[in-house]
Amino acid sequence: MDFIQNFPFFSIILSMFSGTVSSVLPARAAKILNTVLISVVGMMSAILLVYLMGTGESYVYWMGHFPAPWGNEIRAGVLEAGMALFFCTIMLLSVMGGRKKLIGEVEYSKHNLYYILTNLLLSSLLALVYTNDLFTAYVFVEINTIAACGLIMIRQNGRTVEAAVRYMIMSLLGSGLFLISLCTLYDMTGHLLMSNIKEAVAVLSQRQEYQIPLMTTIGLMCTGLAIKSALFPFHSWLPDAYGYSTVSSAAMLSSLVSKGYIFLLIKIFYRVIGFDIIVHGKIINILFLFGLLGMIVGSLSAIRENDIRRMIAFSSVAQIGYIYMGFGLGTESGMTASIYHILAHAATKSLLFIAAIGLTDVSGGSRRFQDLTGAGYRHKIAGVAFTVGALSMVGVPMFSGFVSKLLFAEASIGHTYKMFPAVIALGLSTILNAIYFMKTVIRIYVPEKRPDYEVITVKDEKEYSLTLVCFIVLNVALGMLSQPIEGWIHAGLAMFG
Amino acid sequence: MLGPNLFSNYAEAVAVILFGIGFSNLLLQRNLIKKIIGLNIMDTAIYLFLAVKGYIAGRVAPIVVDQVQEVEAYINPIPSGLVLTGIVVSVSVTAIMLSLTIRLYRRYHTLDLDEISLQLKKEGL
Repeated sequence: MDFIQNFPFFSIILSMFSGTVSSVLPARAAKILNTVLISVVGMMSAILLVYLMGTGESYVYWMGHFPAPWGNEIRAGVLEAGMALFFCTIMLLSVMGGRKKLIGEVEYSKHNLYYILTNLLLSSLLALVYTNDLFTAYVFVEINTIAACGLIMIRQNGRTVEAAVRYMIMSLLGSGLFLISLCTLYDMTGHLLMSNIKEAVAVLSQRQEYQIPLMTTIGLMCTGLAIKSALFPFHSWLPDAYGYSTVSSAAMLSSLVSKGYIFLLIKIFYRVIGFDIIVHGKIINILFLFGLLGMIVGSLSAIRENDIRRMIAFSSVAQIGYIYMGFGLGTESGMTASIYHILAHAATKSLLFIAAIGLTDVSGGSRRFQDLTGAGYRHKIAGVAFTVGALSMVGVPMFSGFVSKLLFAEASIGHTYKMFPAVIALGLSTILNAIYFMKTVIRIYVPEKRPDYEVITVKDEKEYSLTLVCFIVLNVALGMLSQPIEGWIHAGLAMFG
Repeated sequence: MLGPNLFSNYAEAVAVILFGIGFSNLLLQRNLIKKIIGLNIMDTAIYLFLAVKGYIAGRVAPIVVDQVQEVEAYINPIPSGLVLTGIVVSVSVTAIMLSLTIRLYRRYHTLDLDEISLQLKKEGL
């Protein structure tokens, strides 16, 4: 066995231990440890990705040297390694972008707690990405929820605590459904490892046994993870949680936490149940319907919003709708489009949250649109970054959002029943996106002299500006390098099989 | 077919009904403490389900007393292990929920989530 194959395990355990160690470190040391950790884990994931691209096949890593039906396993393929690398990149940039703001938002004595939560969030995300065992996935789903809840409520005001409570309630409903579906699946198949369950499920569906319990289980599992990732009717907790937490938390929650659950759902589709059974099972049609509704309703709510951060938060509801619509198409191209959109949305939404904070800083801390007039001139780099993010979300060529929308459209063409609803919803949602994002961009570039507001230049906030530049580069890279990324997604999905 | 199955598996049926009760309490109650009780009923129902499924009448826990007997003498220990892990998870989320409840109560002097939302709107935060 090559040494590199240990890397997934190292990444998970390192981030978990750093979380524990941070509790006794002073804030500054915890900050450095956090940055080093995310960079090291990112590098390890990159090396693993290159290694797996070279070998061309996934591998299974035994935890504790017990063979398949008994032991716990980690599994790594190119999709997992690439996702881990991507999550690390976004997390590093989000933490960097919000660092200056964090001083005002969280008491200094509690900064090391913030980094504990970030490290734990990273470890749980990595475990969700790499694990090959459903019950381990459940445990890390809960760790992820707890870490996310802490990230929301670490900023102390009534709003955030209320948002954290609402988030916890919805999340716990989701994990309850996930846990009971996991137990019934274990009951039917007798296994907890994904590959073993898949074999057993294939036998069951061949013999036409337990069809109704199996469908119920899949339905519960999808509902549980849909609640946790804020698919349309379950999104009530989202605007408060994203809108009032610290800026890094909002960026990480929108681009990483919900994506971790969605990635787990993709793994369940491919590695636990089997994609053919999912496609024949009709449950994806419900996901498709709610995805479409989410695309429209999320955008409409965003248009009505008069608070820039809540507007961005509602836009997330629409984008999650896109991802579930891609699942609902039930084809591999739909799945590819969804995975591309996971990347595009994560890169863009964190950029938007971080850029929005720069704009509100130069508008007297107000988040209302009236006060943001002309903010693009007072904080130039944040204005440019927000514009890039807005263009990407609307789907202008060159930026990441365009590619995923193109892939969604391509995937839906030729589908017998779902083509028209999907294409119409895509068009409608794009127009609605354009309305609220362009409205904001135009407003921040309306010239207005406000001498009472401060002006911030790149020199004042070097780290923040560097983060925004990295985000812009990442967005453009995702928009321009669509061919190799698509190839990577296809290779990863093939390795899932 | 449904009748005898339902009666011979009554414990599973009870577990699922309890799960439903806990789930709807967590979702619909306005009082935060009642919500947390709902959460605990829901989780406990799942442990009941696992415990019932993991037990086979006439067999014992896989602990070697004198010497190892044949495989048929023991039950599978994994469901019980899952219950223990689940309890740990459920205790930690309950603790978080309770601490959040205390914070909200100290601030707004009520346990009613809707009432708290109303007060927040008045604060205009």
